[in-house]
Amino acid sequence: MKKEFGIFILLVLLCAVTGFENPRFFSQANLINMANVIGLFGIFSLGAGLVIITAGIDLSVGSMIALTGMLLVMSLTEWHWPWPLAVLFVAAVAMALGWAHGFLITKFRMQPFIVTLCGLLLYRGIARFIAQDATKGFGDAEGFKTLQSLANGKLFGLPMPFVLLIVISVVMGIVLHRSIYGRYLYAAGRNEEAARFSGINTRRVIASSYVLAALLTGLSGILFAFYTNSVSPSTHGNFYELYGIAAAVLGGCSLRGGEGSVIGILIGVALLQVLQNLVNLLGIPSSLNFAVMGAVVLIGVLADQIFKNRSAKKIAHQPK
Amino acid sequence: MTAPLLEMRGISKRFPGVVALDSVSLHVAPGEVVAICGENGAGKSTLMKILGGVHQPDAGEILLDGRPVKIQGVTDAMRFGIAFIHQELNVLDNLDVAANVFLGREPKNAFGLINSKKIHADTGPFLKRLGLQISTRERLDKLSIAHQQMVEIAKALSLNARLIIMDEPTSSLTLSETNRLLELVRELAAQGVSIIYISHRLGEIDECADRVVVLRDGKNAGELTEAEATHDKLVNLMVGREIKSFYVKSGAQKTPGFFKARNVRSPLYPKKSVSFAAARGEILGFAGLVGAGRSEMAKTIVGLDAAPEKEIVLDGKTVSVNTPRDAIERGIYLVPENRRTEGLVVEMSVRENVTLPSLKNFSRLGLIQRGRECKAARQQIDSLKIKTPTVETRVLNLSGGTQQKVVLGKWLAMSPRVMIFDEPTRGIDVGAKAEIYRIMRALAEQGTVILMISSDMEEILNVSDRIAVMHEGEITGVLDREDCNEQNVMQLATGKKIPVAKAAYEN
Repeated sequence: MKKEFGIFILLVLLCAVTGFENPRFFSQANLINMANVIGLFGIFSLGAGLVIITAGIDLSVGSMIALTGMLLVMSLTEWHWPWPLAVLFVAAVAMALGWAHGFLITKFRMQPFIVTLCGLLLYRGIARFIAQDATKGFGDAEGFKTLQSLANGKLFGLPMPFVLLIVISVVMGIVLHRSIYGRYLYAAGRNEEAARFSGINTRRVIASSYVLAALLTGLSGILFAFYTNSVSPSTHGNFYELYGIAAAVLGGCSLRGGEGSVIGILIGVALLQVLQNLVNLLGIPSSLNFAVMGAVVLIGVLADQIFKNRSAKKIAHQPK
Repeated sequence: MTAPLLEMRGISKRFPGVVALDSVSLHVAPGEVVAICGENGAGKSTLMKILGGVHQPDAGEILLDGRPVKIQGVTDAMRFGIAFIHQELNVLDNLDVAANVFLGREPKNAFGLINSKKIHADTGPFLKRLGLQISTRERLDKLSIAHQQMVEIAKALSLNARLIIMDEPTSSLTLSETNRLLELVRELAAQGVSIIYISHRLGEIDECADRVVVLRDGKNAGELTEAEATHDKLVNLMVGREIKSFYVKSGAQKTPGFFKARNVRSPLYPKKSVSFAAARGEILGFAGLVGAGRSEMAKTIVGLDAAPEKEIVLDGKTVSVNTPRDAIERGIYLVPENRRTEGLVVEMSVRENVTLPSLKNFSRLGLIQRGRECKAARQQIDSLKIKTPTVETRVLNLSGGTQQKVVLGKWLAMSPRVMIFDEPTRGIDVGAKAEIYRIMRALAEQGTVILMISSDMEEILNVSDRIAVMHEGEITGVLDREDCNEQNVMQLATGKKIPVAKAAYEN
């Protein structure tokens, strides 16, 4: 919990400084808007974190968001499918792709980085190809207004993506921190060999994390499509995998696996979005956007590592 | 006799708790092949590590060409012309032959780049000297293990090695490759290179050594010349260490044949198979020299390695054990050799480790019930007297003996029917050892089949009710309690059949 606490303090500090410099930070409109983007980015970041806990990585997130978004637009507006079917279809495609990642990684022992990097290239290409590289929009959402309000509306004054993120986080929190499956994920991520010796089917556990991550990504894909209201296949979701990884790492996940928590990832996501907001509100040139993010992630992880090295030394020097 | 090239006089080395070497002496003449043999833990590797500069002796001196020298590290050893060929090859298999031979001392050309013409030209003659018909441009991963080993020898020669130490060099070679290596050892000796040859295989020693030096318990046990060295004489010298006896006959009810394993083929020895039967209530020891395939057999039994023909019979019923989960469900548990990498997830807490294989018992609808889980962990902490500050302490902060008890706790939280212990007390202090023996005995008396793999002669002789001895992937024989002595174990472990030994499997 110490780790999450440190990053939480940083989040509070940044909010306070930004709010002090520009009171508009705490305006209702700004807060709601931020809640919306935290919801959008949070859902797939949880998936990214899940995969990182198993000592893997998923680089295909951004492309998968583009592909699922494009499939959703086309199935609704061009093929005129009923929206529940379209949603199921998109979810199924995402899960199938996630399963393929998991299968290649656990069955053929391919490196997650390579498998999902190929995914990144493949899905982007497919999205552009099926749309013939054209931007496609929802228009006036004739026939799927319900879905639009589910994805882009409000509940009790809160943006739907944020509400969904809360619900998913609660479920994920229980799964990761309270269930057998969650324990197996951590064990397989920390020490796959020992987990195997304890009778855990580590291949299945690891493969399933890719399926779950892809499902969350597919869900994000639907929400993002409605957020932007149209999908440009060549730019939609670009670099989002890196947001997910950055948020997870900032929130305490280790790329070595076996570490991380839902609350940590959520704080990481919030921190990244606050940073973006800060760049806007404080009049920092928006070209520095990525640079600010990179610097903060670097400092956060460095501080954590220094702290860890110190406490490791302390343990080593303890009289036995 | 020629003046010795190497002389080690009165070398002693103490490690915390053990005297690894006690005034050991060794001399090697130019062009002489000296074999060193001894049981597991007799001090062979410590002696060689002193020659390689890995350890410094506490007492004694090393003389090269009659002059005392200090060997502080690998570079020193290299400078003195001492080279090592380890059991585990030390080559970079992504580079070619010449690059491996000249690794770390590449000659440069006018542009400061590697002068590859020169290294290829210079490597050729060494290969020729070894009678090796391969190109210097061949990548190492394209070569057989035997050829890779030859490349290491070529490297040693290119460093002007005058003494080459070969540690179990034939353990992964085929028969014809072994013969070729032995021939080569003779050829090198004829060229004036001295060889120290360490092997468990007495046949090979017979073949190539001029002299055999036997170590026992960290002391010189004796020497035999080529003419004197027979299998029996060697084994006689190797055994005969003082072994404290603390075997207590157990009054447990025994049910012979309660557990049977048949046709167990491990990936290490795919052409050989192991079959044996063990009684309920007994501790069946598995003795053998390192590399006999005992751990691999254990892993195959519990389904960690696939073995389609394997047959496991438990209490008269044939059961299928294809995955570790199957084994656990049948009550067949393995306490593995490497507790930090295989036995435990050391970054996790005592609680999480203890319940890892049995989580389902402490959960409902897939959710862990923390209270019951804690209770189960506490139960094991109490009954095994696990010395941990709290149930939440991370295992990596505990001592070796305590960690081993956590591994035991993992399995004892369920109901074991067969438990395989692989080197159960390695790296554990004396007090914790005695406790682990007590726990094993108590389990046996409660009706669990205990299989104990151990390379510690004292342990194997004192804890086992019967001993199955393995040699190169097979059980050479099983000793009943009254025949359990060091002599018999060593005979079987070095591959010699003896009349008192029983067959491992009877229908």
